[in-house]
Amino acid sequence: MDYISNTPEDEKIMLDRISLRRMEDICQPIPEALRLKHFRVPSGLSELELKRLFLEKAKKNWNTAEHPSYLGAGSYDHFIPSVVEHIVGRSDFYTSYTPYQAEASQGMLQAIFEYQTMIAELTGLDVSNASLYDGASSSAEAVLMALSIQEGRRKVLVSKTVHPSYRRVIKTYLSAQSVELLEIPYDPLDGRTDLKALETLLVNDVACCVVQNPNFFGGIEEMAKIAEKLHAKGILLISVVYPISLGLLAPPGEYGADIACGEGQSLGNRSLFGGPYLGFFASRKEFVRKMPGRIVGQTHDEKGKRGFVLTLQTREQHIRREKATSNICTNEGLCALTTSVYLATLGKSGVQEIADQNLQKSHYLSQRISKLHGYRLRFRAPFFNEFVIETQKGTSLLEKRLHQRGILGPLPLQEFYPELKGCLLFCVTETRTKGELDELVKVLGL
Amino acid sequence: MRPLLFEIGSTGRRGTSLPALEFPRKEVSSFLPFHLLRKNPPELPEVSELDVVRHYTSLSKKNFSVDANFYPLGSCTMKYNPKVNEDVVKQIGFLNLHPYQEEETVQGVLELLYNLEKILCEIVGVDEFCLQPAAGAQGEFTGLLIMHAYHSDRGNPRKKILVPDSSHGTNPASAALCGYEVIQVKSNARGRVDLDELRRLLDQNVAGMMLTNPNTLGLFEDEVSEIAKLVHEVEGLLYYDGANLNPLLGMARPGDMGFDIVHLNTHKTFSTPHGGGGPGAGPVGVKKFLSKYLPTPRIVQEKELFRIKHDFPKSVGKLTAFYGNTGVLLRAYAYIRSLGREGLLRTGQHAILNANYLLKGLKTFYEVAYPEMCMHEFVLTATRQKEKGVRALDIAKRLIDFGIHPPTIYFPLIVPEAMMIEPTETESRQTLDHFIEVMKTIAKEVEENPTLFRQAPMSAPVRRLDEVWAARHPVLKWEKKKRDEIPVASYSA
Amino acid sequence: MNIPEGLFYTKTHEWARRDGRETCVGITDHAQSELSDVVFIELPKAGRLVKQEDPTAVIESVKAAYDIFAPVSGKVIRVNPEIEKDPALVNKDPYGKGWLFVIEGAEEGDFKHLMDKGSYEVFLKR
Repeated sequence: MDYISNTPEDEKIMLDRISLRRMEDICQPIPEALRLKHFRVPSGLSELELKRLFLEKAKKNWNTAEHPSYLGAGSYDHFIPSVVEHIVGRSDFYTSYTPYQAEASQGMLQAIFEYQTMIAELTGLDVSNASLYDGASSSAEAVLMALSIQEGRRKVLVSKTVHPSYRRVIKTYLSAQSVELLEIPYDPLDGRTDLKALETLLVNDVACCVVQNPNFFGGIEEMAKIAEKLHAKGILLISVVYPISLGLLAPPGEYGADIACGEGQSLGNRSLFGGPYLGFFASRKEFVRKMPGRIVGQTHDEKGKRGFVLTLQTREQHIRREKATSNICTNEGLCALTTSVYLATLGKSGVQEIADQNLQKSHYLSQRISKLHGYRLRFRAPFFNEFVIETQKGTSLLEKRLHQRGILGPLPLQEFYPELKGCLLFCVTETRTKGELDELVKVLGL
Repeated sequence: MRPLLFEIGSTGRRGTSLPALEFPRKEVSSFLPFHLLRKNPPELPEVSELDVVRHYTSLSKKNFSVDANFYPLGSCTMKYNPKVNEDVVKQIGFLNLHPYQEEETVQGVLELLYNLEKILCEIVGVDEFCLQPAAGAQGEFTGLLIMHAYHSDRGNPRKKILVPDSSHGTNPASAALCGYEVIQVKSNARGRVDLDELRRLLDQNVAGMMLTNPNTLGLFEDEVSEIAKLVHEVEGLLYYDGANLNPLLGMARPGDMGFDIVHLNTHKTFSTPHGGGGPGAGPVGVKKFLSKYLPTPRIVQEKELFRIKHDFPKSVGKLTAFYGNTGVLLRAYAYIRSLGREGLLRTGQHAILNANYLLKGLKTFYEVAYPEMCMHEFVLTATRQKEKGVRALDIAKRLIDFGIHPPTIYFPLIVPEAMMIEPTETESRQTLDHFIEVMKTIAKEVEENPTLFRQAPMSAPVRRLDEVWAARHPVLKWEKKKRDEIPVASYSA
Repeated sequence: MNIPEGLFYTKTHEWARRDGRETCVGITDHAQSELSDVVFIELPKAGRLVKQEDPTAVIESVKAAYDIFAPVSGKVIRVNPEIEKDPALVNKDPYGKGWLFVIEGAEEGDFKHLMDKGSYEVFLKR
């Protein structure tokens, strides 16, 4: 099945019009020697065959709707109200293009303006962009922005409690630049950024410091203390946050973060095996001209009617080329729309309730597991909805046992942190029921 | 315009509910110390589900889209996005997969992604593909990191990247992000890379050259084999910007032209929806000798099992947290499998046919920047209209009144008053004829009533917007105190 | 097109007004009209040492950004605080209230590379 509207009759008329005899002549501009002789792609499928193929493959996967999941670590299984996907599934949105032509794109532009407002509100910062690719790449973009603000400073601190993949992405983004990347160890008892170690690293040519909150182990960092230490040396704080937690936890703006970014997936987007997600990104007003990505601004037409446009575009690659603040071209428009609809539907009280349920349920489970013989909470720091359990039972045995019962997760940490042998990262969201939690405890206790 | 979400609703109103806790709730203070908590709740909207639905439905109607409008936006390949691609991906067996599930529980999705890599290799003519980059620009960055790693391994990362003056802005921006100095290569009178200029610029410090083919003027770089030879002679690499792959499908392959690294834009060639500006996907393909540098993890097949392998010591690293935009990639795979060999070839052919048919129909009324047979797109220049005081921008805005999305304007930068037109293969002859008629009408209006254009668009939800004001006084979010300052007219939906 | 007498001009459309050891710099009337509405100006920090032809400031319109090159070498000692608040001054009064910055310590030789009114007029016509 292809989607070409023209019939052979149309084809003939059109070829005639452009003075070509046969369709084969259409490749005239391509030199003979470069024309493809054998194209080894299978023949096309009908719609019915395609559906069968995808259904068959989908069935081979275990999904988190049918299998209780305790996996988090940067991708979260949260409840998504039906209205969200109905709205986002409107093709007036999903088949539109980047709103460069403002008058033909007021719907998307207003939606993004509202998105920016909600992200600014949630993070407590002045300005938000229209979103970046995902949490990891937005953290890397935040580091690049900080380096550009802090001209001349060429060191970057990253806490070891930041998601290991995010650290890898930051390293990749900086790999062709002369920047020194230093890791701050974590306190082995606490599971949070080691503040004493941090102090020894606060030398003058440090541009910024990246801290995740709640961190990869679920622990809530002492962000205000960290901010104070950094600012005393003129170092910028980049706070990588889990937005669901902001219904309850202090927002980055409140503790003095200079840039807040992170993974927006949890706000209404499916886990979808890792993407598409969206990186949200907010900062202080004075840095807005150094921000990467698109930004929507309010303005008016000649009759004084309110309208929205992409603005401050001179920061961007299509104008500034090699001098742009970032090479990013697209945002994750549809994911940002998803996030807006989700946040609007939940509203002011909903986001607080979701955050509270995550807190309650994760603590219910952690308390029950840590009472079991052979299990203990690995770290003593306060946490939100993720926590680390250390077990002497052997993680592969446990994994097998959980797998047999169709349970997904938790995540073994040894692969990411070799020193954390026997440690498992659990995540509990509002989607888990008491029955499922009790069942998990029973299985672990066997 | 419609009021903002923050201007509707009322205190306490909600759009959804959650199940009650099934065990006694404890005070937050029993889990968390006070100083870690938020002092004031976030001021989010307080609206009902119906409020939400009405609001966004109203916004959706204030938007052009491929489903509703002809969208001849050059270099963006706004083809139809088949509905079945949405349906096959929107099932819980894909939507609800956590990226850290054990490999045994995600065999279905791994198999599809693995097969997508293989089929892209065949379409493009390279040896290995990595699907991780989240968009074309990130794909470019990845490709250049691979170039950087390759040269570093050989002892010298080199300093310069060559890009044509007609290139996309992302090319130089990505090169700069890799620490490269960007050198522009002039186009010749035929709108192609000037080989003499290229010979002059090539030396041992050039890491490689980035090229779009067909280029952004819609012309095939017919000396591409010579370009490849020259770049390879100084041991540089040739990079293919896949933005314009569509008209080559089934007819020619970048790999056969001598390109070493390729990125694709699935939202252009492979019909994944543009989503109002993302999400896209920017897979990167390379020739065998560069495959060890591809981002990690990679999907490998071991016996009957698909595995996610992380251990590639020479890899340039990671670009996104997990494996890239799976949802987008699956749609691209569905599209490729639907079309198959014959459909891909027909796609390429009809993309060229439609463009040339339009070009033929329009060239009487508008100047053509490079009058010769084009590939998938062509560039008009509104110089004749400018003499009457009507610019490309004005024509673009006027098209909105006719329900047609404007072409790409003022790009490529080397054509004054550029209007870049790409109809794509999915449009019918009738749609193209209609567009020609509209453009003819507009050309006539320019002659007879040029002042009309200052008003355009007249039928859009807003008249022309004041972008200068927006840039001088950035208002980037809604603020409560500003309400009184908003003109009353704004409140009517 | 307004091209005042007594100023020095560059090929990149900056003007320089010499006043003892100080040289005041701005962009020409031609430059401002080509740029259309200026929306933002990024000025150098006072104290910065610049060489002739160094990119020293950036002027932005909605859809373009242009580097402003130092017409002479020396030290930037003052920038115009008014244009940060009101970038439109560059359009309204390019040779007066729309000045950008002052460089101290230019050498005699620097001015030899610049054009006078007559040569700039010819240059513009080309």
